[in-house]
Amino acid sequence: MAETLDLSVFVKRQDDGTAHLDLAIEGIDCAACIDEIEGGLCRLPGVVDARLNYTNHRLAVEWRDGQVSPAKVIEELQRLGYRAHPFQSRLVEEEEARRAQWLLKCLAVAGFASMNIMLLAVSVWSGNVTDITPETRDFFHWLAALIALPSVAYAGQPFFQSAMGALRNGRTNMDVPIVIGILLALTMSVVETINSAEHTYFDSVVMLLFFLLCGRFIDQAMRRKTRAVASNLASLKAEVAHRIEENGELALVPTAAIKAGDRILVRPGERIAIDGTVLSGASEVDESLVTGETTHRAVDAGAQVYAGSLNYNGTLTLNVTAAGKGTLLDEVERLLESAATAKSRYVQLADRVARGYAPVVHTAAALTAIAWIASGASVHGAIITAIAVLIITCPCALALAVPVVQVVASGALFRANVFLNSGDALERLAEVDTVVFDKTGTLTLPTMSVVNAGEIAPDLLEAAARLALSSHHPLAAAVADKARDRRPYDGAVEEPGQGVRTIMDGIEMRLGSPAFCGAEEMARDAVKGDPTSSAIAFAWGERRAVLLVRQALRPDAVAVVRNLRESGFDCRILSGDRAEAVAPIAQALGIEMWRGGCKPAHKIAMLDALKAEGRKVLMVGDGLNDAPALAAAHVSLSPISAADLTQAQADAVFLGDRLEPVRETIAIARRAHRLMRQNLGIALVYNLFAVPLAFFGYVTPLVAALAMSGSSTIVTLNALRARGRAPAKEAEAAQGAPAVQGA
Amino acid sequence: MEVLIYLVPIALMLGLTGLAAFMWSIKNGQYDDVQGAAVRVLSDDDLRK
Repeated sequence: MAETLDLSVFVKRQDDGTAHLDLAIEGIDCAACIDEIEGGLCRLPGVVDARLNYTNHRLAVEWRDGQVSPAKVIEELQRLGYRAHPFQSRLVEEEEARRAQWLLKCLAVAGFASMNIMLLAVSVWSGNVTDITPETRDFFHWLAALIALPSVAYAGQPFFQSAMGALRNGRTNMDVPIVIGILLALTMSVVETINSAEHTYFDSVVMLLFFLLCGRFIDQAMRRKTRAVASNLASLKAEVAHRIEENGELALVPTAAIKAGDRILVRPGERIAIDGTVLSGASEVDESLVTGETTHRAVDAGAQVYAGSLNYNGTLTLNVTAAGKGTLLDEVERLLESAATAKSRYVQLADRVARGYAPVVHTAAALTAIAWIASGASVHGAIITAIAVLIITCPCALALAVPVVQVVASGALFRANVFLNSGDALERLAEVDTVVFDKTGTLTLPTMSVVNAGEIAPDLLEAAARLALSSHHPLAAAVADKARDRRPYDGAVEEPGQGVRTIMDGIEMRLGSPAFCGAEEMARDAVKGDPTSSAIAFAWGERRAVLLVRQALRPDAVAVVRNLRESGFDCRILSGDRAEAVAPIAQALGIEMWRGGCKPAHKIAMLDALKAEGRKVLMVGDGLNDAPALAAAHVSLSPISAADLTQAQADAVFLGDRLEPVRETIAIARRAHRLMRQNLGIALVYNLFAVPLAFFGYVTPLVAALAMSGSSTIVTLNALRARGRAPAKEAEAAQGAPAVQGA
Repeated sequence: MEVLIYLVPIALMLGLTGLAAFMWSIKNGQYDDVQGAAVRVLSDDDLRK
């Protein structure tokens, strides 16, 4: 590629005369890469610093402005064997990083406090049964209070904020009983310290906080990890476009640098990178990634085209419009809005439990106080016992039960090349009983491929494929994929709109339209058997071959769909493509319920009808036209090749050419959901034993500490089972899928 | 047992020092690249000329 990419939009100029560029790097696999990249770049004159983050595969380069061009840096990396892509960190990710750091600080404070208070508390416990003097005990209690009060005020913030947020909206969540328990226990302990009593609960409070923060932190870390990989992937597939500058020259720029009002040039065979209206030129565009429709649409001046469409045979000049200005996009956005509001009504399992749990616990505490007062105990004693009930039922295990499973399960999904977008998706995935697929790009591969390669003589196929390397036509790219020898033939000439030809050893070779190769009859016969495919003819001297090209099914689609059906899922297809194109796919997969020619609104209507029947629908789709349906479905999945807007709506995104992740995702989600329910069960059984003990006043701080840490440990250990029992099978499934880059 | 009056505060101060050191290390970005730190220890060119 002779053109160099203009990266100036990604370069940050700093006050001290240096420039800074962040890059996402592909191909890092070992520790030696660090030295190779950093050393190699630092040898470039003018480069001040290069620092590779091995954890998330990002490189920060700084150089003295004007001495090196960013393109030179990327070129040098290419020479070293790494592909680099300019990377713009997204606001969400920076926000998450700040939150993670804050949680870590809270965790550190809680850890410090719980260790030191436990030191004092154990001394008091052992002193109480031996010979501690009341003065020493008071001293220890005051010290514990001194540590606990500021620590809780600092480390408890995540819970206070979340509980306040819930209460302000008139809801309760798991954090409300936690905060009530923490505050009551602290108050009571301070009062007891003033009264120089034997028992305080400072140790229980900070230990509880420490455990809960551990859960929050690992939950956050897991989500941050998947988000980092996802945004690396986003920058890897970031596209470029040819911008027509003021002076009429062409510049190759990343799409991020293109603004509304710019003019861009799209050549035949290129993917349109940005929405716009056609200023001049005429062509056909393949909008299968946008609408699912596989027949091409003819466009000329004034027509609207969408990002993601493939330009076929003519050169187009586009006027870039601001995003969201097309008729299709308008409809999609409008539908999205209504669908998204419907979805936010889903209540997470943990919050559902919390809703029932909090009132029961608080009633139990109130009953305890009343019962003790009624039986003649002092008001002070009764209140102490009631608060002990609240402390012991403070839902530590309950609050850990769900997030720990979520963390372990999203780790398992990560290994299966699936990235979760939303935390509660696991619960919704587990309830699924109907799977609705989009066709184009979901059941089929997003790129074209030769479907009858097996019926063609190997030497003919190889020659055709090598010749195809010289063509820019999108259909030729599918043929070129078959080439084992990646060197194009010398002297190949492309005849626009017809094909390519060359002369090898005195014999002419032609690849292109059947008329161009004199194989019209053969092509007609071939297409008759497979009307949805396009025919490319190949002529080599007297020999002729016809290659059928279309979007093939994902390699394991048939097996996965059969497997899903056998497991009792109702599989359906809703496609934006013509019914004639959907029928053979549905037949091949054995799916009886299918519909073609669906507009976004149709898809939503169909999903609503399924919902009305009481079904929980998993929607799997990739096109822009699927975005509203993905938002409207109970839960949704997208392949990584999906349009950006669509990916943002999906609850999870999967990588690779295979459909297996869909089945695996459901399996992992079901296992995780089972474990979540088990964990909640364990937490409730624990309370069943703990509450009566507390009711009768047997809960000393020692018992509380043991009970709370015991139940949290059991819940956490149980959650580890979500990793899955068949690692061998998982490893096998991972083969063939692309390696996950960076973490 | 009067010794506790200053021993316990000393123990606490030590703990606080540890906490402060940890806070500094977070702020200093020592946890930004955990995997990188683990492998960088093996490379011996830390004295860059």
